Amino acid sequence: MEITDQAPPLSRRARGIFALARSVDRWTAALVGLAALLALPVLTVFLTALQPPGSVWRHLADTVLTDYLLNSAALMVGVGAGTLLIGVPAAWLTATCEFPGRRWFEWALLLPMAIPAYIIAYTYTGLLDFAGPLQTVLRDSFGWTRQDYAFPEIRSLPGAILMLALVLYPYVYLLARAAFLEQSATVLEVSRSLGAGPWRRFLTLTLPLARPSLIAGMSLAQMEALADYGTVQYFGISTFTTGIFRVWFGMNDPTAAAQLAALLLLFVLTLLILEQWSRRQARFHHTGQRSQRPPRLQLAGWRAGIASGACLLPLLFGFLIPAGQLLVWTWRTAPQIVDPHFLHLALNSIGLAGGAALLILLLALLLGYGQRLRPRPIVRLATRSVGLGYAAPGTVLAIGVMLPLAAIDRSVDHWARQWLDLSTGLLFSGTLFALLFAYCARFLPAALHSIEAGLTRIRPSMDDAARSLGAKPHGVLWRVHIPILRGSLLTALLLVFVDALKELPATLILRPFNFNTLAVRAFELASDERLADSASFALAIVLAGIGPVILLSRAISRPHADHAPFP
Amino acid sequence: MPPFLELIDLDIAYPPRMVIRATSLTLHCTGIGCLLGPSGCGKTTLLRAIAGFEPVQRGSICLEGVELSRPGWTLPPEQRRIGLMFQDLALFPHQSVADNIAFGLYGWKASERRARVSELLRLVGLTDFAQRYPHQLSGGQQQRVALARALAPRPRLLLLDEPFSSLDVTLREDLAREVRNILLREGTGGLLVSHDQFEAFAFADEIGVLHEGRLRQWDSAYNLYHRPADRFVADFIGQGVLLPGRVGNQGRVNTELGEVDGAPPAGCQAGDDVELLVRPDDVLHDDASPLQAEVAERAFRGAEFLYTLKLPSGARLLCLAPSHHNHAIGQRIGIRLDIDHWVMFRRNRAVSCVEDTALNAPD
Amino acid sequence: MFKSTPFRLLSLLCLSSLLAPPVLADGEVNVYSARKEDLIKPLLDDFSKQTGIKVNLVTGKEEALLQRLQSEGVNTPADVLLTSDAGRLAAAQQAGVLQAIQSETLNRTIPAAYRDPNGYWYGLSVRARPIIYAKDRVQPGQLSTYEALADPQWKGKLCLRSSDSVYNQSLVAGMIAHHGEAKTEAWAKGLVANLARPPKGGDRDQIKAVASGECAVTLANTYYLGGMVNASDAAEQQAAAQVAVFWPDTQGSGVHVNVSGAGVTAYARQQDNAIKLLEFLASDQAQRWYAEVNNEYPVNPAIPPSATLQSWGAFKADTLNVAKLGELNAAAVKLMDRAGWK
Repeated sequence: MEITDQAPPLSRRARGIFALARSVDRWTAALVGLAALLALPVLTVFLTALQPPGSVWRHLADTVLTDYLLNSAALMVGVGAGTLLIGVPAAWLTATCEFPGRRWFEWALLLPMAIPAYIIAYTYTGLLDFAGPLQTVLRDSFGWTRQDYAFPEIRSLPGAILMLALVLYPYVYLLARAAFLEQSATVLEVSRSLGAGPWRRFLTLTLPLARPSLIAGMSLAQMEALADYGTVQYFGISTFTTGIFRVWFGMNDPTAAAQLAALLLLFVLTLLILEQWSRRQARFHHTGQRSQRPPRLQLAGWRAGIASGACLLPLLFGFLIPAGQLLVWTWRTAPQIVDPHFLHLALNSIGLAGGAALLILLLALLLGYGQRLRPRPIVRLATRSVGLGYAAPGTVLAIGVMLPLAAIDRSVDHWARQWLDLSTGLLFSGTLFALLFAYCARFLPAALHSIEAGLTRIRPSMDDAARSLGAKPHGVLWRVHIPILRGSLLTALLLVFVDALKELPATLILRPFNFNTLAVRAFELASDERLADSASFALAIVLAGIGPVILLSRAISRPHADHAPFP
Repeated sequence: MPPFLELIDLDIAYPPRMVIRATSLTLHCTGIGCLLGPSGCGKTTLLRAIAGFEPVQRGSICLEGVELSRPGWTLPPEQRRIGLMFQDLALFPHQSVADNIAFGLYGWKASERRARVSELLRLVGLTDFAQRYPHQLSGGQQQRVALARALAPRPRLLLLDEPFSSLDVTLREDLAREVRNILLREGTGGLLVSHDQFEAFAFADEIGVLHEGRLRQWDSAYNLYHRPADRFVADFIGQGVLLPGRVGNQGRVNTELGEVDGAPPAGCQAGDDVELLVRPDDVLHDDASPLQAEVAERAFRGAEFLYTLKLPSGARLLCLAPSHHNHAIGQRIGIRLDIDHWVMFRRNRAVSCVEDTALNAPD
Repeated sequence: MFKSTPFRLLSLLCLSSLLAPPVLADGEVNVYSARKEDLIKPLLDDFSKQTGIKVNLVTGKEEALLQRLQSEGVNTPADVLLTSDAGRLAAAQQAGVLQAIQSETLNRTIPAAYRDPNGYWYGLSVRARPIIYAKDRVQPGQLSTYEALADPQWKGKLCLRSSDSVYNQSLVAGMIAHHGEAKTEAWAKGLVANLARPPKGGDRDQIKAVASGECAVTLANTYYLGGMVNASDAAEQQAAAQVAVFWPDTQGSGVHVNVSGAGVTAYARQQDNAIKLLEFLASDQAQRWYAEVNNEYPVNPAIPPSATLQSWGAFKADTLNVAKLGELNAAAVKLMDRAGWK
């Protein structure tokens, strides 16, 4: 003590800096650095948007901006409600009840996830449009003409909401199911003893306790819906995303496009913050140690029928019908389309998606866990900012990746020319690295959501217990969290894999020479209005997705499958 | 007037395993009872059956004369008006203390609900914590919230599944007594499940000892200690040893310590081997007594010593002596038996002397 | 384990394979193409077979490829930029990512209206956007010009694709070039007032809507109708058989046309190979392929269109230089916003 007292007194300012330096330890610095790197594409968009608004804004405000706002808001609300409406009952039924086909539905309900949204939009248009087989048969058999009957128009805002909800509900289903499976039996039993019937239990406990997972799943679906271009563009609905492309490509105004994109991201950010705030001090992990699962509710008769129906309908409309249509088309066109390159494409797709999924899982785990280890505002903010990538339209994000990487390439090249007298050319641009970087920036939020939802279900005292038993922080991770989080980790892996398998805009812009994926080929043919020819590739995406879906879904439910009902 | 809670000849199974067999008990009006037993004895299952979570295979459960469970029919828990308090408390983590307590007051008028919540907050001394969330409270406070929540809708009976077992021993007994008083004040019956006899004694008027799915005895604390129905109860409740003896010709029983004046168990004949329950407080230290035993072990308990004494035959006795009687190990001291009711069990393990057939259970 | 030498070597290997820069060998040429792979790869393969020059290809959307070229700057690996729209070529030239080349062969085979006067870019195929009508409900005599489609007689009978479609943007840009903004806006409002349903779907969807009776007339690119005529799907063939092509404006400025084309990038390293590739794409063999496989009109007047195209008869093409369409594109989009063309 005396020694420090005798040391020359530091100025206040210097002490402050030392204190800051001490508080920003290596972990915090690494986390913030990593998050900043991953948020770089989004930051690039914001930086581009910082320029003064041009005349286009006046035009937009006068004409179409209201449309963009209203349609985007409607899309978000509609897809949010739709995915909850489809996903939550299905998740609850397969997690807590027993009815015919339950085991089968458990994994099959995930399948619509493997179908790109624009593909389902194209197939349903083909089937339900005025010129499609259904309406044609109706007209022919009743002798109607256009004015004689009313048929819901599929290419409309409600239609787009339906299409997107049908392929995006698995996000809600997946996360909600994991939450329902992990809910404590005693909490539900206590509520029964307090007189709560099944509906009240579901509404006041099951749902609110699963809230972090439900919100996570729903906001993933909503962000995907907001970023969707293919479906809304085909259905002729102007949203923020179509507006961004219109301003950028049609009016050749990249700045205004970036400003629109920044506005969209701010909108999403506000919603995310509001949600966090609304939770306030409530917690969602159980205080109890015992987490025995109650026996499954045995459904029979009409109840079983309704349960099977609630699971069959989304599967039918989200997967069986569109996949069946794809199969019919493939049957017809495959002989001309499928060649030795096909296998190559499939390998490219699976390899890229698999690599991206593993990499992203690792990064998400690092960030999610870092947040827990260093619960500081700055870490929290950094992690949140990564989350925005998911809401950015893929093309915008890809440009956000391209610009900084090219700038790095240029400065490295410049430096090398000056000092080493050689040109390094392009180090990052146009490489798989750039592509993986874009995938990370875009899909990390999906993995992070799932892992964070899992982490909220681990009691903080477990960390302390493990630390007190001599485990280092990474030991707590490997020995306590990862085994407990297994379901959430697999969920994250699955989400990212299937998402990356379908990924289109960033792949299109950033991929290296002579490198194609199934999604790129499917899109090229579909956008050339050769739907039938694109079916083989779309179907191959679906098939590549099915295997992991089944495997992972089994792995997720296994720890619970052989649970005894009660000791 | 029908008994408050009545279990009649109950069988409960997790097929194929039978968990509870042929169990009957009667808890008297506004009575407060306890099911006591080692872990795995089936007491929690019995509790869950009373709460309505487990169906019964045989027998019936009646509360205030109304049947709640019988084979093939179980009144759902939410319609029983039976409160529950779990070991893990199962507080709703997303609701404040007040909301937790108000959960069971669904359908009440808002003003009545508010009044009832504040009444309970006062009752458990948490008035200032109404807006806190469970994770912001201490363990004891959480327990009080769970109690208040369970009592709020005025259940007829409160079931407590080892709710105090996470607390330390002294706190446990205090809280058990406090809960008992609250239950009495609220006029609610209580049934506690516990493996801790002192908690049970502090809480309950009537206690049942369960072992391997059977109710061995349903009685007052005093009787469990002093008149255990079988060897298991004798062993489980309190301390003591079983001293060997033999039935003599006139139906008297002889032991190493002389002839005792208790009657042998019914059905025993002269020449049968029996065992006599001797509690530490039955053995008095008396320097004047001709009866001598050697000190084998001793444990200082503050006010008293608990001596383990060795008799010449090698049999052991426990003796509780005031702590100024300080004797070294190996010393011989005089003792005197002071027993007004002898508890004896037949030693032959094949045949039982007592009605309960479970005498042959390993102890 | 993460610190072991093999692990480090392995990660280094992985990293280097991810970062491996595109190969820039002498016998190669690198192409950024906004034409879809199916509509260019077979030609590029033929080129490789004939010349031994390997072609490396990335496909993508015009604007994205242009952005990529711009951000890569002097280090760009691309030698050739292929687009499906002349306006984008002009934009690329303005952005400074193209260079002027001199080629006798190209100047000889490609008419002046379909190339840049200074040689920055060359059109390679032509597409036309005529009126498509239902044979059973519309007499060709009722039709005359694009302008006449705004006439109230077509109320509730017109189907249009969304204004997000670059084909419609280009068409409106052409109208602005001929008539000025005010007149064009009034015309666009007339079209919107005549719509049978809100704009949606692709060109083929418009044709199908006409065939099924949802509307009577529409605008569509010729190669979509050609694709339907030759489709493997019976329903598409049937729909195509119920409609016919009307060539508007044969007395006025002519049918709206646009070109797909290519230019050599400003920092091309394989300039010679790039020019060779362009010359190949303008050659008789390649021009025939454009016509036969995708029902586009060859830029080379010596090569006849496909049999399907010929069956629809000849037309007078708009002589406006296609570069003008690119310049007016932004104005066209804003105009359609104002007119309420979704």
